[in-house]
Amino acid sequence: MVQGGEGRILLIACGALAREILDLKARNGWDHMDLTCLPAILHNHPEKITQAVRDAVTRHRDRYDRIHVLYGDCGTGGLLEAACDELGVQMLPGPHCYAFFEGVETFAGRDEITAFYLTDFLVRQFDAFVWEPLGLDRHPDLRDMYFGNYEKLVYQAQTDDPALTALARRHAERLGLAFERRLTGYGDLETAMTDWAKT
Amino acid sequence: MSEDDDIILSELDDDELVQQMFDDLYDGLKEEIQEGVNILLERGWAPYDVLTKALVGGMTIVGKDFRDRILFVPEVLLAANAMKGGMFILKPLLAETGAPTIGKMVIGTVKGDIHDIGKNLVGMMMEGAGFEVVDLGINNPVDAYLDTAEKEGADIVGMSALLTTTMPYMKVVIDTMIERGIRENYIVLVGGAPLNEEFGKAIGADAYCRDAAVAVETAKEHVLRKHNRAKAG
Repeated sequence: MVQGGEGRILLIACGALAREILDLKARNGWDHMDLTCLPAILHNHPEKITQAVRDAVTRHRDRYDRIHVLYGDCGTGGLLEAACDELGVQMLPGPHCYAFFEGVETFAGRDEITAFYLTDFLVRQFDAFVWEPLGLDRHPDLRDMYFGNYEKLVYQAQTDDPALTALARRHAERLGLAFERRLTGYGDLETAMTDWAKT
Repeated sequence: MSEDDDIILSELDDDELVQQMFDDLYDGLKEEIQEGVNILLERGWAPYDVLTKALVGGMTIVGKDFRDRILFVPEVLLAANAMKGGMFILKPLLAETGAPTIGKMVIGTVKGDIHDIGKNLVGMMMEGAGFEVVDLGINNPVDAYLDTAEKEGADIVGMSALLTTTMPYMKVVIDTMIERGIRENYIVLVGGAPLNEEFGKAIGADAYCRDAAVAVETAKEHVLRKHNRAKAG
């Protein structure tokens, strides 16, 4: 379903970004940009993302002047970027939302390979997107096989919400990891949308 | 399961026990697998036969059902953990009895990447298939691969990556092999969630392996070809 329906520009986004995109649209009055989201759970099945984006672009492209894809590479191994180039649509910079929320360059500069990241969305949806798909609800003893090489959980906070921070801290405890919180705001997501809204 | 339904492994004949071990591996029952391994050894089975007929046979079923999306990662990990329990008993015996080795593989996760679940599964299945495996662990720079491959006289260099940001490092390793004139000395196999066939070709690997079972089959084919070339040469 497309939110809006009157715009000239369509944003095809990962469902995990819906709240942030709607907030940016509302705050900036970007009514000329409509939004449609693909299921956020594709996050756990990156091999399905490229085709899902292709299908969505094909389905909607006749009705819009421009389409933008709000995904990073997201584990597609460059296939999404190749598909977007072929379809003539722009996508977000960077490997994934953890990079563009923090800022792609800043994120790359940290080079912290033992950090496990959560965003606001993933803190809220931790059980459905992390705990249960990894089978930790049924087999908690698998935890160290998955997370034994990690050292800390980094909560990239898009909003300053003490309740979410407390929840994120509990997730870190469940995973047996140290906890760190970074208030990132919307980072390069906001920058890209601002550019796209102007043109 | 009620008490009446409990299966006494030691009361099963060999064929029934192997079938039961397939089921126990499928269900990730480590203690039962270890018990089954010990029973077969007590009955005079060669360690190599226990490994290939009971454990690898069972893991092959797990691998197929994983590929067909009947089983998922958590179940495969439990099965792998059960197999590891059996391997723990068999490994020293295999070394003692001089079980056949069909090739040597150096395997590791590339620099910048700490993900090792897929790599560990491949390593275990390769061992089960008769390869000697040298596991470099995680976060490996070029020299860790190349120095170890040379020192160990490896046939295969296996590289794993889970991240889009770390998979290009595989090309760094292969390019370094080319620079040093040693590329043809090794079969290079690559794998990991964001990789694909095209990427494997683009970086100059011998093959991309989408899962552990494919890795084993691919390794066997390439080692056989390598040996045939050596004979012909």
